[in-house]
Amino acid sequence: MVRKRSIGVVAVLTASALGLAACGQSSGDGGEGGAIELTITQNAIAGGKNAAAADHIANWVIPKFQEAQKAKGKNVTVKFIPSGVDDEQYKTKLSLDLKSGKGADVIDIDGIWAGEFAEAGYIKPLAEVAGPEADSWEGWQQIPEAVQGLATFNGKKYALPIGTDGRVLYFNKTLFEKAGLPADWQPTSWQEILDAGAKLKSSGVPVPIQINAGTAMGEATTMQGVLPLLAGAGGEVQQDDKWTGASQPLKDTLGLYQKVYGGGLGDPRLQQEAKGRDKSFQQFAEGKVGILLEGDYFWRGVVNPKTGVAPMADRDQVVGYAKIPAIEPGKGIRGQDFVSMSGGALRTLNPSSKHPKEAFELMAFTLSPEALKEETKDGNVRITPRSDVNKEILAGEPLLTFISEQVLPLTAYRPPVAVYPQVSVALQEATAAVAGGTAADQAAAEYQKKLEGIVGGANNVAS
Amino acid sequence: MARTTSPPDPKVLDATPARGYSSDAAGLGRLRAGAFVAPALALIAVFLVFPALWVIYLGLMNYRLTGIAAAEPQFVGLDNYLKALTDPGFWNSTVLTFQFVLGSAVIGQVVLGFTLAWLMRNRRGALKSVVEGVVILAWILPSAVVAFLWVALLDRDSGTLNAMLGIPGFAWLLDHPMLSIILFNTWRGTAFSMMLYGAALGNVPPSHLESARLAGASGWQQLRDVVFPHIRGHILTNLLLISLWTFNDFGPFLLTAGGPENKTEILAVYVYKTALQSGDLGYGAAISTIILLINLVVAIFYLRLLRRRR
Repeated sequence: MVRKRSIGVVAVLTASALGLAACGQSSGDGGEGGAIELTITQNAIAGGKNAAAADHIANWVIPKFQEAQKAKGKNVTVKFIPSGVDDEQYKTKLSLDLKSGKGADVIDIDGIWAGEFAEAGYIKPLAEVAGPEADSWEGWQQIPEAVQGLATFNGKKYALPIGTDGRVLYFNKTLFEKAGLPADWQPTSWQEILDAGAKLKSSGVPVPIQINAGTAMGEATTMQGVLPLLAGAGGEVQQDDKWTGASQPLKDTLGLYQKVYGGGLGDPRLQQEAKGRDKSFQQFAEGKVGILLEGDYFWRGVVNPKTGVAPMADRDQVVGYAKIPAIEPGKGIRGQDFVSMSGGALRTLNPSSKHPKEAFELMAFTLSPEALKEETKDGNVRITPRSDVNKEILAGEPLLTFISEQVLPLTAYRPPVAVYPQVSVALQEATAAVAGGTAADQAAAEYQKKLEGIVGGANNVAS
Repeated sequence: MARTTSPPDPKVLDATPARGYSSDAAGLGRLRAGAFVAPALALIAVFLVFPALWVIYLGLMNYRLTGIAAAEPQFVGLDNYLKALTDPGFWNSTVLTFQFVLGSAVIGQVVLGFTLAWLMRNRRGALKSVVEGVVILAWILPSAVVAFLWVALLDRDSGTLNAMLGIPGFAWLLDHPMLSIILFNTWRGTAFSMMLYGAALGNVPPSHLESARLAGASGWQQLRDVVFPHIRGHILTNLLLISLWTFNDFGPFLLTAGGPENKTEILAVYVYKTALQSGDLGYGAAISTIILLINLVVAIFYLRLLRRRR
């Protein structure tokens, strides 16, 4: 009897420790008196991450949309559900919401999640959820093929693309001047990046080069580190249906990490810290980082003098940018001299939305020319999905004009398959090992071993 | 306070009619007594037993958070459990968790909690209030707030501690990650032990201590021969509770996120990363089941010690 009782006590104590419970917020359900309540969520929050986007939704989209619906005789209220966390955590939250049939009606996701969300049944083709008007939306004619591809999985459109982006090398012109480097710096090989790093170092710059590494930075390591470098070494993560294992381009890529972090040109500690990426932003804004590889988000959302998380009042004068060179001229993918990687966010419908038609209208409204122009005014320019809007808004923005004219033509995309995020983590672990002192070739071999486990055997891997 | 956290009295547990005690002291009868405990049992079944069984079931599937395996999970038998046994990440986390429990709960919280309670036992007035207030404050603050304070304290570039010690750039969370989270958790959880021991020390008859002093017992001898025998049950109960709490504590994640290079990836963090960040729910559930078993073993160990009290 004593034993039974004590095991009962233990069972209670221990069971309470195990929590794999899914928690999400419920989507608003108006219903009463014909009122329709819609919710929209993004990884954006007023005063924090992507603050400009959050303000735009709250202060412009919601009132204008409600007004427009009222004119049509519908009583619609829209609520914005903010979020200001790392992308991985945002993804976890969305997955749990969607799995349990909850979550906002209109949801922003990273384009690369579309495959796994679609396979899990968390998102459905737009035409299936909202009806045929989703495919006949006027905006599609304005969106370039490559950008439409971001929202397409197995030939069907699962979302509306919100835009696209490109990656470049940012540098601090003030620090460059001190180190005797030109303000219009454009390296043409990796060696030139390392040389610049060495000069910056000897002029006293604490962190000459920041190329994201390690698992703490998540996808930012893959997208702003491994993949652009891999492309520059002439490799792709997946080529002709085979995944790339310990190939020469991967070894070259990890080799560059070794030269940066083993050679004192970067701060390996920063790659290990829980909030290392935020800290690297902060340090760049404080003038402690010489060269940083990032997407245009960095320009728009980080060092933006008005709405950035690490604002630089003199951004336009101090921050320079350059295309990412191939390892040597002509050695990049497709024989290119310069490379980049692009992705893009998507706006999609929750299949369990109670008002899918109205939710789609809201989604389409946020991507109307008026809404995009409003969103991108006052220094918040980004590359929208619509060519008609881009023509107007990019004109006055030097970096985004640079990206759309010089970077997007030579960019590459991640493979839109469900298993990619797992491969991405394996790549992050390889960079973590190299930044921590492991030899590049060994890290590449370990990566190949992990890769074979992830993609279903050595048959699917080419080395 | 002591009464609510005291170990179950063995006499009550062993109350059987054969020994002459009534098994129905309240005179309710089987049915009505059952009606009284039914709501509690229902809550336990819904929120504790069912999730625990569900976790065991999930551990037998290749269930994932996203992708095809989320829509159509397959039964994989014991694969997840076998994988755990050969997974260096799991063993690494298990070892780290035991270090964490030993360092922060068994040594840190118990020793510090008892020391504070012992030093404060006969004090009154402002000093006692301040000490207890500060210790309890550390316990009742929300985790997110506490984590932020500790990050601000230990940060290598602009941390308070480095500024006070005059060693800017010393990376506590990177160079001594386990020590950092052990100190963190000791600081965070000492209040419970302090309060429990404080109440327990009140139960030590002053006359026994007085006799011991008259007999010439030193301070340590008084502790060993008079105090500890009286509060042995409290010590074991306290150890049981804080060991299990610490074993399943997720707090360190807010400080180090399991890093650097998995050096603070205790089991709770490992499960979170596996199940939710990497989306491998099936494997995460299998590890959770193993954690459940480890907890059972730890608890039975303490409860057996407790029963030897007689």
